[in-house]
Amino acid sequence: MKSFEFFEPTTLAEASRLFAAEHAQLLAGGTDLVIGMKARTETPQSVISLQKIAGLAGITRYGGGVSIGAMTKVRDIEVSDEIRNGYTALAEGAAEIGSIQIRNLATLGGNIAHASPAADTVAALLALDAQVDIAGANGERSVPIDALFTGPGQTVLTPGEIITRFRLPSPASGSHYIKHKIREVMDLAFIGVAAAVDMADGTITGARIGLAAVAPTPIRAMEAEGLLAGKSLTDALLAEVGEAAAAACSPISDLRCSAEHRREMVDVLTRRTVQEAVARAQV
Amino acid sequence: MAKLPVTLTVNGDEYDLLIEPRKTLLAVLRDTLGLTGTKEGCSTGDCGACTVIVDGRAVTSCMVLGVTAAGKAITTVEGLAVDGELHPVQQAFIDTGGYQCGFCTPGFIVASKALLDENPNRTEEEFRHALGGNICRCTGYTKILEAVMQAAEEVQATA
Repeated sequence: MKSFEFFEPTTLAEASRLFAAEHAQLLAGGTDLVIGMKARTETPQSVISLQKIAGLAGITRYGGGVSIGAMTKVRDIEVSDEIRNGYTALAEGAAEIGSIQIRNLATLGGNIAHASPAADTVAALLALDAQVDIAGANGERSVPIDALFTGPGQTVLTPGEIITRFRLPSPASGSHYIKHKIREVMDLAFIGVAAAVDMADGTITGARIGLAAVAPTPIRAMEAEGLLAGKSLTDALLAEVGEAAAAACSPISDLRCSAEHRREMVDVLTRRTVQEAVARAQV
Repeated sequence: MAKLPVTLTVNGDEYDLLIEPRKTLLAVLRDTLGLTGTKEGCSTGDCGACTVIVDGRAVTSCMVLGVTAAGKAITTVEGLAVDGELHPVQQAFIDTGGYQCGFCTPGFIVASKALLDENPNRTEEEFRHALGGNICRCTGYTKILEAVMQAAEEVQATA
């Protein structure tokens, strides 16, 4: 690991000022950054820890929904009753990251700011309509998570901007996340699919579908979502929804699997995820 | 980069240290404090050999910068025995022969200890899943799981 200057600011303003410098990197949980620095794929001249800034961690009620601080450990999201009950897909996504040891370090803000198309929490945040709050030199702003990513490892965040929290609206009727993987734990997602549905009297009133690791950024399957709105779930509708989701992808082939396999599995797993989200909505 | 003054609390002992920010907690424990029970396996967070407990949570110490552990309660495998008496999970590994070369053992023991503290009432399948971040490359997990289940029984019986 190359040497760097280390800062532990206690305010967001100070962190933002330090992070605006060139070759500066934020330290949240460290599970990506420290490994990257060892591999020298990350060679920051300064590392700014967010760990001493009060108020960046925790799950709190916010209006009819919840606010999740960016520094909240993914293990705390995984075991939170509030998230498990109201935002099940997110708890399931959090539980898919690495091992317990890693989830005790990794933060939701880090998982998202790292901007991996394969992040385990991102499909759920897309399906659950998360709003991302950001602090920077010019004050605060907020973007929907759909508008956060611009490419692999790339976001709309400008120098000095820091994700502070995620706000989720009131819970959907049901949600579910499926990670396609080989190993039970400690694996990266071949693909990740999350669905959240709102239901009234057996009819789907609204649906959101998030897809991970199938395009340069995490994406929503909006055409598939549109097919579900106002309908009751049938096998024929599910088949259409799966095809529409697969059509929304632009996957790559890599050493984990081929693009064709990814596209096929998006079809299969979208059907399965939507079906489970609907089943949960009806409990 | 200059070293930073840091006070680490390891197994109840306080150490006033000067640490380079790029040193991982694992490196500080092993190289600076000589606590070599904690092992360096993959060094990328994948194997769990470097597991220690920080403020009650099991973490892979190869992913933690040592300077960020200041002021926190760190427990390593050296700190599990109380007054010379082994922790139930340590005794169970001996009783069942839950190791072969032994390299992964401290990580397994510390990770298991944290799981037992959190909730000893888990099925073998649940322990197996929760220990997924620890790998043994000698042989397998049968004896390891046997040890953890024995310790779980012991912990529940004395709770």
